[in-house]
Formats: sequence, C-alpha cells, structure tokens
Amino acid sequence: MNFATLVLANLGRNKVRTILTTLSIFVALFLFCSVRAVTDTLQDTINVGNESRLITRNKTSLVFPLPMGHLERIRALPGVTAVTWSNWFGGTDPVDTRSFFAQFAIDAKTYLPMYDSDLAIVDASPAPGVSAPAGMDPRLAAFMNERTAAIIGEGLMKKKGWKLGQTIRINGTIYPGSWLFVIRAVYRPKVKGLDDMTMYFHWDYLYENSNRQADVGVFSLELADPNRAGQIIKTVDAVFENSPAPTRTETERAFQAGFVSMMGNIPFVVRVLGGAIAFAILLVAMNTMMAAIRERTSEFGVLKTLGFSDAYLFALVLAEAALITLGGGVAGALFARFLVASGKVALPFFPPMSVHWETVFTGIGLAAFMGAVSGLVPAWQTARLRIVDALRRVA
Amino acid sequence: MAIPISYNIRSVLRRPWSTLATAVGIGLVVAILVLALALANGFQQSLVATGSAQNALVMRTGADSELTSGIDRGGVSILRGLTDVAVGPAGRPLVTSDMVVLINQERTGGKGSSNVTVRGVDRDGMILREKVKIVSGRMFEPGAAELVIGTRIATRFVGFGLGDQVRLGQRAFTVVGIFAAGGTAFESEAWGDVAILSPVLRGGGYSSVTFRMKDPARFAALKKELEADPRLGVQVQREDTYYANQSQGLATTIRVAGVFIVLIMAVGAIFAAMNTMFAAVGARTREIATLLTLGFGPFAVMTSFVLESVIVALVGGVVGCLLALPVNGMATSTTNFATFSEIAFAFQITPPILLAGLIFALGLGVVGGILPAWKASRLPLAAAMRGL
Amino acid sequence: MAQVEVRNVRKVYRRDQLEVPVLDGLSIEIEKGEFIALMGPSGSGKTTLLNLIGGIDRPTSGEVVVDGEDTATLSTRELARWRSRHIGYIFQMYNLMPVLTALQNVELPLLLVRGMKAKERRERARLALSIVGLEDRLDHYPRQLSGGQEQRVAIARAVVTDPTLILADEPTGDLDKKSATEVLELLEKLNSGYQKTIVMVTHDPGAAERAHRMVHLDKGVLSR
Repeated sequence: MNFATLVLANLGRNKVRTILTTLSIFVALFLFCSVRAVTDTLQDTINVGNESRLITRNKTSLVFPLPMGHLERIRALPGVTAVTWSNWFGGTDPVDTRSFFAQFAIDAKTYLPMYDSDLAIVDASPAPGVSAPAGMDPRLAAFMNERTAAIIGEGLMKKKGWKLGQTIRINGTIYPGSWLFVIRAVYRPKVKGLDDMTMYFHWDYLYENSNRQADVGVFSLELADPNRAGQIIKTVDAVFENSPAPTRTETERAFQAGFVSMMGNIPFVVRVLGGAIAFAILLVAMNTMMAAIRERTSEFGVLKTLGFSDAYLFALVLAEAALITLGGGVAGALFARFLVASGKVALPFFPPMSVHWETVFTGIGLAAFMGAVSGLVPAWQTARLRIVDALRRVA
Repeated sequence: MAIPISYNIRSVLRRPWSTLATAVGIGLVVAILVLALALANGFQQSLVATGSAQNALVMRTGADSELTSGIDRGGVSILRGLTDVAVGPAGRPLVTSDMVVLINQERTGGKGSSNVTVRGVDRDGMILREKVKIVSGRMFEPGAAELVIGTRIATRFVGFGLGDQVRLGQRAFTVVGIFAAGGTAFESEAWGDVAILSPVLRGGGYSSVTFRMKDPARFAALKKELEADPRLGVQVQREDTYYANQSQGLATTIRVAGVFIVLIMAVGAIFAAMNTMFAAVGARTREIATLLTLGFGPFAVMTSFVLESVIVALVGGVVGCLLALPVNGMATSTTNFATFSEIAFAFQITPPILLAGLIFALGLGVVGGILPAWKASRLPLAAAMRGL
Repeated sequence: MAQVEVRNVRKVYRRDQLEVPVLDGLSIEIEKGEFIALMGPSGSGKTTLLNLIGGIDRPTSGEVVVDGEDTATLSTRELARWRSRHIGYIFQMYNLMPVLTALQNVELPLLLVRGMKAKERRERARLALSIVGLEDRLDHYPRQLSGGQEQRVAIARAVVTDPTLILADEPTGDLDKKSATEVLELLEKLNSGYQKTIVMVTHDPGAAERAHRMVHLDKGVLSR
C-alpha cells in the first residue's frame, strides 16, 4: 500500500461517479478533437502545395479557360524549367450520380513527371510490347499507349469496386455526352492532405471528343529557383495582362489556400463550436469532482490527525483529479484521432480527414488544465483545513 | 400522494453552485443545438425560397448546374416562342434567358478570395423575378456596362460598393445599385445586362432559360416534349426543384455534422446531468428516508427527483436559448461546392427551433435524472436513517 | 517529569464578536503509563483538552508539553510529523477509510515512517491486528465489519506506530454493551501489558471505572 493505492482506492469509492465523470470528459475531448479534424484537414490541404510550383489560371475565375496559345510563351520564360496543363472535367458517375469525385484531363507526358513527388503508381495493367516514355514510371506503359486510359486513386477504386482494365462510363456536365474510359493504373498519394479519390486521363482525348473545343484549365509551372517565385508570378501575369485571357499566377500553396479561404467562416465556427462543447462538459465534470472532494472533509481530518502533512493531502487530491481528467481526456482525444484516421468519418467534397497530434495535445492540455483547476481548489482548501473543523463536519 | 414541487425547488436552490454548473453545461449544449438548427435553417431558407414551382428552368442536357450549361441563340429563340410561356400584365412573355459565370473576387478584410456568381439577365426577364427590389442606387441601364450587386455580398467583397469598378474580361463594369431579393439566393449574386455580359464572358451564349408556365399542371408533358426535341438538347426542371438540388449537398453536410455533434454532446451532457443528480441523491439520503417514512411512496420519490432534474435542465434550456439568441441574424458565408460559388446566409432561429431546444433539454433532464431517481426510491430505510 | 504537562492553558473560540472560553487556566499532569479518564457534561471542554494534548489544536495561551516537547512551538508541518510518532488517536466514530481494507487502514500511519518497506509495513499492521484479535479479518472492508470490530481496527491503527501516548475520544460511545466491554478490555491490555499511557474522554461511568484515575471537567475547569 502506498500513495498510488490511496489514490486508486479513493477513485473506487463511488465507482458510478468516477466512471460517469471520466466518460463525460472522454466525450468532451472526443468531440473537441474530432470537430477540429475539419480545420486540421483543411490545413493539410494547404500544406500539399509545393513552393517550387506555380499555378496559372484565368484571372476572372477558375471557371474560365486559358487558351493553349499561352503555353509556348510561358515555356519560354527564364526560370521556368517545365510547364504542364490540366483541365477540370467535372463529370458524374451514371451509376451513382450523387457521389462526387474529381476528374482531370492532363497532358500526361509533362504532368506526371512534374507531379511525381505527389503521386505514386501502385498498380497498373501489364503492357507487353510497349513502354512508357523516358523519365516516367515504366508501369505507366499501358496508360501512355491508350487514348481512353485513366489513372484512378486507390480510395476511389475501393469505393466504386472498380478493377484494373475495367471500362467505365462518365457523364460529362461541361463536356456533354457519355464518355468511356479504361482503367489502366492506380495511384496512391505520397503527400498527406492529397486525396486518393481522383481520376486522371488524357487531355488529347478530351480535346478530340469535344470538337476541339477544350482548352486549358490551369497551367502548372516548375521553377528552377523557388525564391524567384514572386518575380516570375509578376512576369507571367504581365505577359498576358492585355490579352483576351489575362492570367492570375500564384504559388501552388497559395492556390490551395484559396480553396480553403473559400470555405469562409465555417472553419472558424467549427473551432468555436469545438471549444464551447468541451468547455460545457468539462465544467460539469469539474463541479462533480469538487463536490466529491468536499464530501470527504472529515476523512481528511482523520488523515491529518494521523500525521499526514498538508502537502501530502494536497498531492492526493490533485492526483485523483488528474487521473480522472487525463484518463478520460487522453482516451477521448486518441479515440478521436484513430476514428477519424480510420476513414470511417467522411464529409462530402472533403479530402480524407485527420486529426493532428497538435490538436490531440491541445485537447489533453485543456483537460489537464480543467483537471488542475478542479483539483487545485479543493486541494488547497483541504490543505488549509483545520483538523478540529474537519472532524466536526458530518459529511 | 405527490411530493410538493416546492421541495424540489428549494433543494435546487440549496446547492447553487452545482445547479448553476449543470444548468450552464446543459445551456451550452442547448445553445449549440439551437444554433446548428438555425444555421441549417438559414441556409435552406436562402435556397429553397429561391425558385418557384410555377417556373420551368431549362438547361443543356447533362449539365449539373447553370454554370456548366450552355444554350445557343437558336435554342433560346425556340424556347422564348413556346406557347407554354405565360404572358405578363403588359402583354410581354414572362421568360428570361440568363448567362451565369463565376468571377473570383477578394473578400473585404483580407480574408482571401472567393467565387461570386455573375448573372446576365435581361430587363424584361426581371418581371419573372418578382422579389427583386433596388435598395440603393438604381437598376442597370440596358446596353450599359453596369452591374447591380446583391445585398448579401455587397459589403463582403472588395470592389462591390456603389461607384466601384469591376473588371470583367477586358471591360470595366460600374456598380450602380444594390438589390435585395426577399432572402433568396439571388442576393448572393451580381447582375448585369446579358446582352453586354454574354459577349464579354461567354462569347454570346446563354446558360439557361427560365419561364413562367401558363399551366403549371402541364409540367410533366411539357418536360417530355422539350427533352425529346432534337433541335434543343435540353433538360427541364421546376425552378424550385433545381434550387433544392443545388442546396442538397451543403444542407446535408450541415445537418449531418450538426446531428453528429449534438448527439455526442447529448451523451456527454447526460453523463454530466446524471452525475449531478447522483450527487444530489447521495447527499440527501436522510431527507429521502424521512420522506419515505412519512408515507410518500417510492414512485412519488422517484417522480420527485426526475422532476428536479428536469427543472434544472429546463433552466439550462432557457439559458441556452438566451445564449443563442444574440447570434440570430448573424451572417456567415461559405462556398457551396455544388455551384462552386459563394453563398451567404444567416443564422435563423425560429420559435419551433427554440421549442426543440427546450424539449431537448427536457429530454436530457429526464434521461439524466431517471437512474439517480430510481436509486433514491429504492433506498434501504434503516441505513438511510443512520445517515450512512 | 510527567509525560504530559498542561500548564495554565486557555482555549478561546471566537463566534462572530463573541469570545467563548472553553478552557480557562487549566493545568494537569499525566504520568507515563497512566490510564486516565476525562469526564464531564457536553461542552465541558474535555474533547478540547484531548485535542490540545494530541497536537490537533493549539492553545490560545499556556503550555502543552508532551514527552518533553512544547507542542505550541512546533510548526504545522513539524506537529504533523510529531503526531505520527508520538500519538495514537481513537475516535468515537472509528473513522476508518471505507475504501481501504482493515489491513490497509492499519498500514496508513506507517506510510509516514521514513524508510519502512512495504513488506515490513504489512507485517507490523498484521501484528497490530493480531493484538486486537482480528488477524482473520485483514482483507475485510469496514462495511463488512461490525461496529465493535471497526473500533478494534481503529485501535490497531492507533498502536501500529508504537506511540507511547494513546488518546481516545468516547471510544465506546457508539457501541453495544458487549463490544464496548471488548474494547475496554483491549485498552486495559494495552495499558497494563504494553505500558501505553491512555487518556480517555468518556461520559460512561462504566468505562471510566477501568481507568486508574478519573478527572472531572465542568465549564473548562477541573474538579476532583
């Protein structure tokens, strides 16, 4: 028997109360962390943006295309080592029109090498007799040699139950009609915050089948020296300032941040929500713990009589409060992190969600703080208690 | 024989801090519930109110919103000339052919930028949109490079004030007025003359045609005819259906997230309420024993404690409603990813929502109080009298 | 020198503006090995006197010297340590910790002895419990014991640190006749067999008879 035994024995005094208090703290922290998963995930999407890449889009808005004619002039700029382009297809799956996933038409020969740092090919159809161009993952041979081929994200494959080599149909909304594709490769993101639910296919296919109407959605520029980004941004935009399609260029990171800022106030509301909830529940837990300790006044008197110092009792009370709040708090925070990471919770239009360790620690810190407050006040009161007064009190 | 309520009220007042903490805790939960419902409500209000079941909205086949739809001049002429198009008081057909695009504007206060819907409309077609009223400045002149901005976005974006210039394509448009549209989604849009905007932004094409049906009951047949017409290549919906669909995704998200949060909060709140009531029962064993000895039955004791829990919870519910009220009317905005454009809406608290909050608090009180109350009613008398 | 020397002690309680003197210039000496009963009506100050001797309370003026130490000069911390070494306290309401077993309750005071290992603590506690005749109830919780048994565990707790002075405040007040007799016999055994000095507050004349000396208090003043 020792200090630890005393602490645990006291927690077992009223098991129902201890369990209820611990559970309510668990719930409070679980909510706090899982609600913040929204803001944490949004932060991840910004971090996806690479600082040595620029995105050039139409100045008016992303909805307006850029002419292919811009390509050569951008390529010619000093400091730009590579240029590629992509176009948002925006189609729907006729089998399940409500499910949303992104589709991009890309110039694979220049796009995939540039984004090699972001995407890893994990599976691909075999391609006897043909090979991929130099500088590309050789497994892309089948994809590169077939007009209607598509690369699908791992998560999307699983969700739709698609198989390699399968032909799928996508209904175009911007480019009307029923479009056929053959799945020739599967990718997995290398960067956290990038989702695995996207589809990539050949821009040439889009161009030909849209009566040669398709243009460029955005250009991606690779820079020789990321520090010169600001300068190159100005240069690019200046070149096209007075053209029919003026451009707006920014770092890929800023481009991603733009999407996040489109969410407006909602992340802020969400944060406030999470904090308020946790506070509300912790408040009650605090009160319960304080009441529980007040009940034991005469017992503390006896302990003091036996010779236990004020400091010892102070530590005892604090330890009890800490155990409950940290026990429930850590469990709740970790459960939130693992539940969200398991992917079972998903919001539409959102990338796979995650709870940052930082949030977990903030949550635990919050619980610890409230535990300290709920332990400190009665602990201090207990320490200052005069034995005669304590013994006189009938609980 | 029932235990008088005054006993419960006095008991509650005797433990002020405990009661306060629980009431505030429940109050916050109720406040959040009310606000979540108010947010979803405000969002739905802004979109569902938009559009009428008497109007038919025509877009290109396969398009999922006006943004991705395109109808050429030929198609527009055919649609405008349909006999199904109702005629207005001045003898003019109630039809509008709109062009819809998005432009990217900086938010005021440096909070990044967002997409704003720009709609080219024709002055005649405005008759169709009865709720639209100019609240400051004036309506744009046909043929002029002018814009009017919806009230919900006029102050939220840079360059949308009266007299400001907005650069679209290679032309500068002047903001000449601010308009209100009865709380509908149009208030988050910027409007101009389609005859000027379309060439500048869409090379002369249109996005959609909307018209008032002479006989709304004929909708199904009309839809069939138009969609089968090979000259057109269009899809037809009732205007309100279209807007309802546009709001589906975001409304569902808000609602699902709200329910998830509230349910879990409820669990936490119930634990908390239970704890408080257990403590109350534990502290009053002598009183309970006395009540039982005096002749009040166990059921009366149980009901009494549940009632006490409910009283505290209802106080919390009222506190929560009061906490939530100041937020009523506060506007927030986000991007509706279905339309990819900014949608501004406000928290809208209604009496039914407040009632829901109170009932929720009541439920919390009942569920949180039942176990402790049951325990109180089953107290072994002898032990209780000795105060153990 | 007597083991306990109380010299001209005053204890005054303040109630709002009123000053209530519970003890007023009281002096008493208790020799080592004595078994003394403090008697008197309620409010006479006997418990207060006990508390002063035990270092649980401080006199307003006067001296309380126990085992050569003037307890008034010790700080609160020192007093706590002193108590753990010199005093064994027995309460009327047993005051055992309900969350600990009988053995653990008796072990409690030993936690304060520096350098004692867990094994030794358990042994000493077991020994103390065998002295009071409860070696077969080590793992029982207080709620599983009768009133008399609880009080005996309390006694074991009071002697486990081997103090020379045992203070008992109405030890039989809450017990039935049979248990009361058992407890009093135990106290006698501790006094005659183990040379423990016992100061017992009681208003039961039957209990007081067991003591060697009876002292009466009335309104804070001694009378023989």
